[in-house]
Amino acid sequence: MSQLKYALFTGCTAKQSTPELLSSTLAVAEKLGVEITILEEASCCGASHLQDFDEFLAHVLNARNICYAEKLGLTMITICNTCQLNSAMTKHALDTDPALKAKVNEKLAEVGLEYKGTSEIKHFLYALIDEYGLDNIKDKVTVPLSHLNIAPFYGCHNIRPSELHQKSNGGENPYNPTSLDQLIEALEGNPIDYAHKNKCCGFHVELQANHTSEVLAGNALLDAIDSNADIMVTPCPLCHLKMDTYQDSVSKTMGRDVELPVLHMPQMVALALGCTEKEIGLNFHVQKATQLYPA
Amino acid sequence: MFTEKYKKITIKAFRFNVETDYLPYYKTYEMEVENNELILDLLNRIKWEHDGSFSYRRSCRHGICGSCSIKVNGKPVLACKENAWDMIKLFGDELIFDPQSKKRAVKDMIIDKGDFWEKHAAVKPFVVADIDPHPENETKMSMAQVENFLDSDYCIQCGNCHYACPALEVNEEFFGPAAFAAAYRFTIDPRDEAGTERLEITAQPAQGIWDCVKCFECAEACPKDVNPIEKITKLHNMQFEQNVARRNVATKHAEGFVKSIKKNGFLDEADIVLYSEGPLGMHKHVKTALKMLKVGKIHFTDALPFVDNMPKSKNLDEIQKLIEISQTNKLPKI
Repeated sequence: MSQLKYALFTGCTAKQSTPELLSSTLAVAEKLGVEITILEEASCCGASHLQDFDEFLAHVLNARNICYAEKLGLTMITICNTCQLNSAMTKHALDTDPALKAKVNEKLAEVGLEYKGTSEIKHFLYALIDEYGLDNIKDKVTVPLSHLNIAPFYGCHNIRPSELHQKSNGGENPYNPTSLDQLIEALEGNPIDYAHKNKCCGFHVELQANHTSEVLAGNALLDAIDSNADIMVTPCPLCHLKMDTYQDSVSKTMGRDVELPVLHMPQMVALALGCTEKEIGLNFHVQKATQLYPA
Repeated sequence: MFTEKYKKITIKAFRFNVETDYLPYYKTYEMEVENNELILDLLNRIKWEHDGSFSYRRSCRHGICGSCSIKVNGKPVLACKENAWDMIKLFGDELIFDPQSKKRAVKDMIIDKGDFWEKHAAVKPFVVADIDPHPENETKMSMAQVENFLDSDYCIQCGNCHYACPALEVNEEFFGPAAFAAAYRFTIDPRDEAGTERLEITAQPAQGIWDCVKCFECAEACPKDVNPIEKITKLHNMQFEQNVARRNVATKHAEGFVKSIKKNGFLDEADIVLYSEGPLGMHKHVKTALKMLKVGKIHFTDALPFVDNMPKSKNLDEIQKLIEISQTNKLPKI
């Protein structure tokens, strides 16, 4: 296999409240021999909220991010479902609407950039599965996760809208996604099947509709707990933040104890590949994962 | 038996009669399904070949009346439009038939859709205009005006998006995606004069678009590709464009992204909460903030106005320039 090279769009969260996501991603890439160039020029994707305020501006800023991946001639990979969605939505809008593309490029020309549409955009999860390959990952496992029941939590923005993700982002059936389950199996863990694995975590209305947010997170966490999960794993740091940071308040809302460690997808892979504790960075979690290593 | 033309499958169908059953249950039916059969054909076959009491709504059989919507293995479908083999390809040879909303089930697949119609009606889903009852000419629209509907006029009120919406499941006041798509459809209509009113109705906290959780379930559920969440985003933008948006936690959160990106390139996660909530609203976040502080997710210095420890995007000047020349919307001061 020739060496895989990607341009990494880190997103805001991995640079601030979830540094463990960035360190574990880089550690996994190093273990697998995948070359990563961080797009230090990139800005925030707008997280769907900038899109609500000013959709055109959001397209301009996302197109600029993609320009820098295009300059490197690389596929842009994301480590956040919402970054993936918003970058891919801009790409789709510009690639299918020449008038919009021209209007955006008129702005980008002012800073010496041009969006061409030459780079694919892909979540790291699907780069690992579809390009590196599950069998190749399996060969590198040094700490099999066979002692862990793992609840995969897919996160909305990697699986819906399915049409957007069809071509280059996994192409999952949003009503029955399987990629994380397959990855867990490749790492020799036990994937938990539960109804809420493809549901919403509530992150995006945390401020204005707090009760909705808490109930959605609570439904998913409790479903995983009732299905005998030891940990939950997600490819989205926003799902992680909602599910990890708010378990106290979610417990109150749901009237039941909610205690479940929530790992980022790259942390789980890093664990199985034998990366260091510092690289995995579990110390940054609010809900501590205490029994991750085999007895 | 598996041949090219037939597949043997098991259907588990939700059964419930609100008048006689204490709890719902599932009944299993086995049948060989031909490759050109629709989900509606399978509903018919359950009723005609297995159990005449099995109940579901159906009418036009042409994907236009919106009556025959159910869920197949959790996926909202219009039964008369969905090929059964496509569902078998997605979910295997055990198909589970559920009503759109189990908690609203009246008899088997039939639900009480009253909440849907009530919320749909609340956004004034009709053209409001003083129209000459005896016009001499038809009203004409340009191609650009027609394209601006973005297919929102294709909605057949089947309710698939409405009953797929998780925000609505938790918050019963929430109007839901179908009502919002209708609000967009009539607000964008060049004949209509109630646009501002509709934008105000859909800007209300709890009921309106700001409670959308952005899960895209509605986009996935729609059998007519209306893409309701796209219309929700359009309504958000229109509220700012037409000066309907008022300063509150949700609008400040959306606008605050520009402020933060202008300063850092990245979003300042701590600052966006402070900016959206205002200093008086921060008490709600103290407990969480302390927990995040303890594990190093945020830092003490984040709260100090004179310490700027935010990471900055490289070539930040480009981002600032692009915001300056591309920003189209503003948040009013009040």
